[in-house]
Amino acid sequence: MITAHSVTNFLMKKRRFAINLKIFSMPYAVWLFLFSVLPMVFVLYYSITNSENNFTLENFFEIKNYSRTFVRSIVFSSISTLISFLLGYPAAYAISKLSKKLQKIVIVGVILQMWISFLLIIYSLMTIMESNGIINKFFNIFGIDCPIINTKIAVIIGMVYGSLPYMILPIYSSLSKLDVKIIEAAQDLGAGKLKIFTKIIFPLSTPGVLSGFLMVFAPNMSSFIISKMLGGSENVLIGEVIELKFLGGQYNPWSGSAIAIILMFFIIICTSVVGYLIYYKSEK
Amino acid sequence: MIHLQLASDYLLLIKRGDNLNNNILSLKNICMQFGNEVILENLNLDVSKGQFLTLLGASGCGKTTILRIIAGFLQPLKGKVIFENKDITNLPPHKREVNTVFQKYALFPHLNIFENIAFGLRVAKKSKQEIENRVSEMLKLVGLSRMAQRSVNNLSGGQQQRVAVARALANYPKLILLDEPFAALDLRLKKDMQFELKKIQAKTGITFISVTHDQEEALSMSDIVVVLDKGKIQQIGPPKDIYNEPKNAFVADFIGESNIIDGIMLEDYLVKFVGKKFKCLDKGFEKGEKVDVVIRPEDIKLVSPDAGHISGVVTSSTFRGVNNEIIIDVDGFKWMVQTIEYKNVGDIIGLGISPEDIHIMKKSKYSSEIGDYSSFSDEFFNEKEEICH
Repeated sequence: MITAHSVTNFLMKKRRFAINLKIFSMPYAVWLFLFSVLPMVFVLYYSITNSENNFTLENFFEIKNYSRTFVRSIVFSSISTLISFLLGYPAAYAISKLSKKLQKIVIVGVILQMWISFLLIIYSLMTIMESNGIINKFFNIFGIDCPIINTKIAVIIGMVYGSLPYMILPIYSSLSKLDVKIIEAAQDLGAGKLKIFTKIIFPLSTPGVLSGFLMVFAPNMSSFIISKMLGGSENVLIGEVIELKFLGGQYNPWSGSAIAIILMFFIIICTSVVGYLIYYKSEK
Repeated sequence: MIHLQLASDYLLLIKRGDNLNNNILSLKNICMQFGNEVILENLNLDVSKGQFLTLLGASGCGKTTILRIIAGFLQPLKGKVIFENKDITNLPPHKREVNTVFQKYALFPHLNIFENIAFGLRVAKKSKQEIENRVSEMLKLVGLSRMAQRSVNNLSGGQQQRVAVARALANYPKLILLDEPFAALDLRLKKDMQFELKKIQAKTGITFISVTHDQEEALSMSDIVVVLDKGKIQQIGPPKDIYNEPKNAFVADFIGESNIIDGIMLEDYLVKFVGKKFKCLDKGFEKGEKVDVVIRPEDIKLVSPDAGHISGVVTSSTFRGVNNEIIIDVDGFKWMVQTIEYKNVGDIIGLGISPEDIHIMKKSKYSSEIGDYSSFSDEFFNEKEEICH
């Protein structure tokens, strides 16, 4: 028999069940707090104090000494983002045109790289680009001797290498979601292949492109291992500076924290702008 | 005398020329096959200018394939597509003066209503002023003038369809194709949109070719209905002819309800079925030829058992709003009758059939497939058995 009491009882049980579910997310919340939020608080604290534990904003002005490095970071990560877009878009487009079965195989191929430790990839890039590496040996045949390692090009190559899957995947996902009927409609209305691409396919894939930009630009902006291993002493990036302030010879966690905060805000602003663009595009 | 002959020849020529010009589209011997499955078999179809033509058939009959061949999305295996006396069989879709209203409208989600309609015009590089004028004309035509800048993503089904129609019309095409245009709309809206679309067609004078499985829609909207089954045209004609004079059992069964009975043509105007002789209006059959006799359920009058030609027992009676649908068992053959009278199950009644209610068809391969009005579950089990065999 259904009574008001039994109904409320049932609903109560349901509610309790919903509350119980939340408990399962607790371990991650604790993890997040311990290893993300708390360190962030420390970084913030360090950035506004000095070695005597007194409040100061001086740390932030130190960025002046690294303005060139900061700009270099922006330029490098912009260039590498652009290159990985130019390489990644056609690749994603080509993949989306394959048969469903082949698509899966190729996508696994793209992801494969993400399964390998990036440090390993960097080491192998180092050996390839060294003066004894394959590339330079190949150049030597023609009497040229120019190892790529420790140049800007090496850093860009390293960045693009690491970025490509993160550029290809979101673009591919937005391209593969494209409705064939919409393309047919454009064709039906008189659009040739080029017009279909510029007026339909590309605009509809911009959310994927933007999120690709995000996923590539931000990590490259703060990366230090690539420039450290492949860039030599002339191509120091802002991430490397921060590392040196904490672990290196220029030990100064206070100014290191301040630079990290500035970098974080810069990335937050960039991502917010792009995020807004994605939202605007998909909602419109 | 000779002059007269020449004059009549000349007249004939003009007439034929007229006919040639009147055909906006001709499909000639179209064959289509996907793998081993034959979709279209040697299909021929002429469409006159300004007509509203509907391709009617159940799913899988090849109607959508025909539409896609006309639009250019599919290449026929054999045969030709003639558009305004030009062979366009190998022309890609974007070079054809044909526009399509897609089944789920396929509007461009990143463009607003105005830009959706303007798409074809922009591709054709029309001037800004012309685009502006044409789009507002189209918006007015479909009654969306106030919504030009709205996104297409939050529109109702009816509004989306209006945009799709406006977009297809904006290029002033000579032919519009509609792929199940009302399938996504609810009944009420469907009726409204059918009426509006018909009005738009009459106003613009553009030839429309529509594809549907909805016989009511086909009958109420079209000038010409083409009934298709298994890749073959079963009958072409105005809706009235299709309904009143179906050519075979398939058409009679697919369009509206019909009682289809085996009969024998005794002589012109005289047919025998259920063991009795009936006067009819049909002639031109051989004496003793086996035929299918069609009698529409709404044409049968209910009379007292002894006054009718046939009598039987009511086995089911269903209230349908405008009328009652009763099934009457006459010696094992189930007849359907639509009437405003109410009868109880078990009543014994007579069926009155007048000569003008009888329509005679030649036997076809469908004759054996289409049975009487046994209940759905009966038919279901029969079909199951057939599959088992």
